[in-house]
Amino acid sequence: MTWIFENWERFWEVTEVHLRLSVVPVLIGFVLAIPLGWWASRSQTARAILFPFANILFTIPSIALIVITPVLLGVKILDEINVIVPLAVYTLALMIRSVADALSAVPGNVVAAANAMGFRPLRRFLTVDFPLALPVTIAGLRVATMSNISMVSVGALVGLGGYGQLFTEGYQTDHTEKVLAGLIGTVVLAVLADGLLLLIGRLLTPWARAGR
Amino acid sequence: MPGYAERVKVFGIYIQGDPIGVVVTTGGIRRVIEFRAVTKRFEDGTIAVDELDLTVEAGTITVFVGPSGCGKTTSLRMVNRMIDPTSGTILVDGKDVLTVDPPTLRRGIGYVIQQAGLFPHRTVLDNIATVPLLSGWDKRKARTRAAELLEIVGLDANFGKRYPAQLSGGQQQRVGVARALAADPPVLLMDEPFSAVDPVVREDLQNELLRLQAELDKTIVFVTHDIDEALKLGERVAVFQTGGHLAQYARPTELLAAPANDFVASFVGRDRGYRTLTFLHADVPVHPVTTAKLGERVTVTDWTLVVDETNRPKGWLSGVDGEVEVAEKDLISGGSLYDGSTLRGALDAALSSPSALGVVVDDVGAVTGVVKADDVIQALAKARAAGEVPK
Amino acid sequence: MGGWLFDPAHWSGTTGIPVRLAEHLGYTLLTLLIAAVIAIPLGAFVGHTGKGGFVIVGLSNALRALPTTAVLILVVLWAGLGDFPVYVALVLLAIPPIMAGTYAGVRAVDPVTVDAARGVGMRESGVLLQVEIPNALPLIYGGFRGAALQVVATATIAAYTGAGGLGRLVFDGLALQEFGQMLAGAVLVALLAVLVDLGFAGLQRLTVSPGLRPVGTGGKR
Repeated sequence: MTWIFENWERFWEVTEVHLRLSVVPVLIGFVLAIPLGWWASRSQTARAILFPFANILFTIPSIALIVITPVLLGVKILDEINVIVPLAVYTLALMIRSVADALSAVPGNVVAAANAMGFRPLRRFLTVDFPLALPVTIAGLRVATMSNISMVSVGALVGLGGYGQLFTEGYQTDHTEKVLAGLIGTVVLAVLADGLLLLIGRLLTPWARAGR
Repeated sequence: MPGYAERVKVFGIYIQGDPIGVVVTTGGIRRVIEFRAVTKRFEDGTIAVDELDLTVEAGTITVFVGPSGCGKTTSLRMVNRMIDPTSGTILVDGKDVLTVDPPTLRRGIGYVIQQAGLFPHRTVLDNIATVPLLSGWDKRKARTRAAELLEIVGLDANFGKRYPAQLSGGQQQRVGVARALAADPPVLLMDEPFSAVDPVVREDLQNELLRLQAELDKTIVFVTHDIDEALKLGERVAVFQTGGHLAQYARPTELLAAPANDFVASFVGRDRGYRTLTFLHADVPVHPVTTAKLGERVTVTDWTLVVDETNRPKGWLSGVDGEVEVAEKDLISGGSLYDGSTLRGALDAALSSPSALGVVVDDVGAVTGVVKADDVIQALAKARAAGEVPK
Repeated sequence: MGGWLFDPAHWSGTTGIPVRLAEHLGYTLLTLLIAAVIAIPLGAFVGHTGKGGFVIVGLSNALRALPTTAVLILVVLWAGLGDFPVYVALVLLAIPPIMAGTYAGVRAVDPVTVDAARGVGMRESGVLLQVEIPNALPLIYGGFRGAALQVVATATIAAYTGAGGLGRLVFDGLALQEFGQMLAGAVLVALLAVLVDLGFAGLQRLTVSPGLRPVGTGGKR
């Protein structure tokens, strides 16, 4: 812990990078997952295409995806995009299923009632289906965020920033304190992000706790 | 195993030389269940059962009935120690159940619950063989016994290989009963076993239970919240009141004729007079009726009962002028049929018939005559005078 | 690009692809075995007694937040290079999903079924082993197969501290700027993950009672 206080500026700098590298991909992946998840919740064909594809994406090790991305995109190996794209892909793969499951779980009678009252499809999706799907969606988002925060460190193995840099530097200089500092930072960040999402979920879905 | 007849012993009971009754027993394993001042208070302070004193007679179906939260299920579950009492004693055959280790106790007591509680990962046959296997029977003997029971509860042998999820609710409950009977326990506890199935299947299962009991002569404790089910199945009925009090413990006819308090009166229903008819044997005159067969040419002056080749009722033909050919399309469908058993059946038949004449059939379903509603009312008046019907 | 992968020279010798595959598979299987031996009894016991569920959930989440790279490096710094740090890091990765799956599986068994098991006279051990665990198997396999996928993918980083496995191709390729070798490593890991999952899917089919399959697939009604 002393390392953190003695090197506060450095620690804060890697924290910022780590946060950026984990949050941006979650946002990108989540936004892309909403239309695809919606499609998968409505069509067997979409599910037959998207789900196996998402499963295969998951099996590619993050380190491999991080080293392949610069070649595929034609950017330098030390570009942050090389972490952002793979993590966005993982988030997307995870969230398609979450969004699809969440939307499929919206009670049919509620949807039927909304249709019967004359909701048009887009308005119904935004004001009925999506809010009701939020609890399951947010549960998926929590898992994606946690795993992203943990995976950003892998980028350091090829020289990218974040807490992972503390791991590799600590390893190369036999400096246990530095590695521990990065580990503590990662866990604290994960717990804070998880708590924040939990809170957002509760605020957005007050009905979920009513009547318990 | 020996057949039923070989296991039965009959003892006469005599007082001063006059026979007053007989006791039938299967190999001397009749059980009595006694509750002595049994109280169950749950951790949150609610009293589920309050000072229950009750003796379940051996070889009877005894029904515990009452609204939810009255302690009927808790009382039942204390017999096989699924729940232990806070105070008081429960004796099965004179032995305090608290002195027996629960698994051993339970293997000797059949247990049937709502929704059957079958093991979804085991075939029907393996489900039925559970208790014999737990009790250390060898596998083949247990399987043979299970196959036997499948037949006893009225399921085809090919059900044995299926899994519970492939069965209907009623079929699952039959398997549940078979599983409870597998090790031939003298006592059977049934906790709302038929509540989760639809009314038609429920009636089937109830009749099946009565048929089985006539053959097996077990000591059965049956819990239900349905007073109709209680009155139909119970030789003795214990009505429980909210708060775990036993309000009345009596035969169904007594319960209907003389409810112990307002709670029992309202629980058995405002229509208890009508229900009583179910327990009264009819002494109603059967009148002849004019019948005609389909396709015959007849002159119909009054209500005529149309029957098929085997003399079973098809429907009524109302009075028409002149000679007509009896055709299916002209029939007015009839009401319920009366099999000559209870006063309620007679009244139902008379009231539901378009001709106001209740069709009486014999045990193969052939028409023997008709009863009139007036006669039923008269029989009822007679029963009332004799004190058999609540006033 | 695929040239590296299909060059026969890379398919033989002590650092050839078959050896790397075997090492990778070895890490995966032993990790899963150790994790299962720890996580299944723990999850099952807590699921059975219903007490301490928050410990399981809390422990799972805390372990999930641990970055595997950091654990690997820390154990190497403490205990030295070798396979031991790899197993510590991967077992900690595999425990949460297996434990959570087992716990959820046992909790999800219909209380009516459990009541019936006690009611027919099973002892607590019988209730757990003969009824709860067989019925929880689909969810236990769910957690286990999720863990298997993660372990296959993550075992790649073992090579960072000089251990074996398919990660060698990725890190050696990175050091030599040989894109073909890195790609070969990535493709082989993904392929291995699919094969391992297929293997466990087969095992699941063999060991889970047909009575627990969704209605309509277990036979005719």
